Amino acid sequence: MAFTPVSALIGGALIGASASMMLALNGRITGISGILGGIVRPQRGEVSWRATFLAGLLVGGVLLALAYPSALHAPSATPVALTVLAGLLVGFGTQLGGGCTSGHGVCGISRFSTRSILATMTFMATGALATFVVQHVLGGTS
Amino acid sequence: MKQKVVAFVAGVVFAVGLGISGMTNPAKVIGFLDVTGAWDPSLALVMAGAIGVHLVFAQWSKKAERPLWADAFVLPKRADVDGRLFAGAALFGLGWGTAGYCPGPALVSLVGLTTGALAFCAAMVAGIAAFHAFAGARRERANESASTTI
Repeated sequence: MAFTPVSALIGGALIGASASMMLALNGRITGISGILGGIVRPQRGEVSWRATFLAGLLVGGVLLALAYPSALHAPSATPVALTVLAGLLVGFGTQLGGGCTSGHGVCGISRFSTRSILATMTFMATGALATFVVQHVLGGTS
Repeated sequence: MKQKVVAFVAGVVFAVGLGISGMTNPAKVIGFLDVTGAWDPSLALVMAGAIGVHLVFAQWSKKAERPLWADAFVLPKRADVDGRLFAGAALFGLGWGTAGYCPGPALVSLVGLTTGALAFCAAMVAGIAAFHAFAGARRERANESASTTI
């Protein structure tokens, strides 16, 4: 993949702006796995803002599909069985570890949370490990 | 109502940011995590950009009494580091590095209706539900044993 520093920084800044709106105005952490977890296991008063955020996420997806379709139609080369296993690990792991790339990686690090810094180092390391195994030991998907 | 508008707009901006940054492209994510292969460091700049903006507001929130449009900040209070944090983050990373999707980009990618995004999101929701079923059962067992010892 080509190095794309400008689009990476601009996209990242938008993610940071989104998380900042949520924190400064609503007082909430923008952790996607936490937001989704609160829908799967609903608690009183905690559902509607999460559902609205997720609706926004999908509408953002529609905007991307219209303006920048290649962002959404990149074919995944990973076999479906492996994709399902990955989804299960991500779902279970984010709930057990209390966050993902957004909640720990962006919001937590920005708050200088020790838990989030350690979690981010851990999922980066095991992410690189899984990529190594799938791409270089099992023969690769791309 | 104001808070719901914020949540909606934040969702849209978040999704557009993910799309522009390259995070919704699993091959790009795998290229970032493939440190022993043809490493593409782009996604490190996504984090740098996001943290660069958010850090200002996150540090402000530590001093502010309350958010502008809500009664109180709802922030994680835990500070203890335990095995669950490491185990959970480790499992998450294994899944992320296998498929190239983390939760946000996977949900945004649902719009593309690709088999990969659909399969991943269905499995991710199942994984979340499995965790809460498992955690709920543990809590019940803990309550039972607590009541029997008393």
